[in-house]
Amino acid sequence: MQVPILKQGPYLIASIQSALSDADLLELRDAIVQQVGTYRSRGVIVDVTALDVMDSFATRTLRDITFMIRLRGAETVIVGIQPDVAFTMVQLGLKLEGVPTALDLEEGIAFLNKKGTSPGKEANSRGR
Amino acid sequence: MNQETRTTFGTSHQMTQPTAELLRQLVAHLRQNRTQLREEWARRITEAKLLTAMTKDEIFAEATSVYDNYVEALETGTFEALQAYARNLSERIIPRGVETHEVVGIVLLLRDVLARSLFAKYQNDFALLNRILDAYEPAANRIANTVAVGFVQERERVIREQQEAIRVLSTPVLQVRERLLILPIIGVIDPQRARQLTEQLLRGIRTNRAKVVVIDITGVPVMDANVANNLVQTVEATRLLGATVIITGLSPEIAQTLVTIGVDLGKMNTVGDLQGGIEEAERLLGYKVVPSGETVDHA
Amino acid sequence: MDGESSPLDSSSEGTAPATNARESVIAEAVVQIYGDTEIVGARQKGRALAATLGFSSSELTLIATAISELARNIVQYAKQGQIILRLVERGDHRGLMVRAQDQGPGIPDIRRALQGGFSTSRSLGLGLSGVRRLMDEFEIESRVGFGTTVTARKWKR
Repeated sequence: MQVPILKQGPYLIASIQSALSDADLLELRDAIVQQVGTYRSRGVIVDVTALDVMDSFATRTLRDITFMIRLRGAETVIVGIQPDVAFTMVQLGLKLEGVPTALDLEEGIAFLNKKGTSPGKEANSRGR
Repeated sequence: MNQETRTTFGTSHQMTQPTAELLRQLVAHLRQNRTQLREEWARRITEAKLLTAMTKDEIFAEATSVYDNYVEALETGTFEALQAYARNLSERIIPRGVETHEVVGIVLLLRDVLARSLFAKYQNDFALLNRILDAYEPAANRIANTVAVGFVQERERVIREQQEAIRVLSTPVLQVRERLLILPIIGVIDPQRARQLTEQLLRGIRTNRAKVVVIDITGVPVMDANVANNLVQTVEATRLLGATVIITGLSPEIAQTLVTIGVDLGKMNTVGDLQGGIEEAERLLGYKVVPSGETVDHA
Repeated sequence: MDGESSPLDSSSEGTAPATNARESVIAEAVVQIYGDTEIVGARQKGRALAATLGFSSSELTLIATAISELARNIVQYAKQGQIILRLVERGDHRGLMVRAQDQGPGIPDIRRALQGGFSTSRSLGLGLSGVRRLMDEFEIESRVGFGTTVTARKWKR
């Protein structure tokens, strides 16, 4: 299943439309990393609004995406985690440490904008 | 009339013609003696110290309707009307503080009063008395059951509503400014309420698009490790929704509990009191003026 | 150590049924797990079944996530197995039972597996302690060389 990845200025927006299998998630990861290189994007927003479950594999993959993108000098932000999903994640102990999160697309873009203009804009490998 | 009943009496236990006839006699007797039976009943209710929440007049008024409904149920053999009446009665007396044992008590007393009056009337014809009682007992039991169950169901419904109201009132998620939510927690929290609080807060963050949440636990006297864990999870879940949490009103005892379960208080954003917390939140949201030359890292 | 089975672990809060009461099955669905592509199906089926009992939205998410993790464990450690989903009734209570079973290598040290959480490394962290936290009842039986069965239940409050 292909996840649509749209280019919006210096950013890429990947909107997940439905539940993804493990293979789909890995495909997404590779596609994002490749396109960041192709377009020299400064930021990536992964919109998980449509995900009704975020398990350990999904969490791990999102973290992988974040760290891999950082190596290319870009920042990732995960947006749209549902309240129920967030609640379940923390009870399971899935914290998405080191991965920036925001409420929705609008907040995600605002986050990337601030990241781009505040001092020390070089991608840092420190967690949030 | 007695001769006729004797000859037509059958051996079946169902609601046969004879049984219907017996009940008709019974109902007629109860209607004829309505006044004194009702009075006796009301007297015995007071003697048994039931319905103390009500005045004598009120007891008499309710006794009248219960009596009439009772007799009617005996007469028609149908219980829908009685059920409706029981619910209606319960709706009226529950707010007065009437309890289940009182309702069961008064219905059983009525059954008793009526049975005794039947004894008195038919004491010279033992066989007839037996037949009348055979007809009366099942119906009387069913009536007692219908009324008691109706009352209990209504009471449970009221309790559920009250609990829901308390829950809603005591877990407010308040939006005081744009993008800022306050969750004041009051009282002792059990794990279930902690879960409800977290769910309400997370939904509130999404609905109000909050960026900062101030959780005030000034009003929480004590917190065990489980609930402290819930608090930590709430903070983590809030972060996943892109918001920041400020905890205010942290008592030394609760701080100790948090440290005991392994929380790094240094990583948690805590401020002494609610006012201070709100000011910090406003600062994070960029509401305060900052001296020029200084950069502010917004949340 | 040949193998261990941990006793029934019940962390109910007074609203769950007694663990020794008789349990009857209202409905059952079995999902064969051959690889990771079946994980999503198993959890969606579990969610759908649980929804018929009237679980809240957040409880359904908990259940679906727990199923996802259990199915994932099968794939990761045993390559294949089954997820058995049952709507059950015990006394006045109804709930969902999830059983993940495989004929895989088995878990040598169950206690340690239950202590660990998730870790960044793919090889460690079975997440069993996480699943145990999410569900009301949790049992695990495993024998090295024979396989593993994890049974978890969530009751409708």
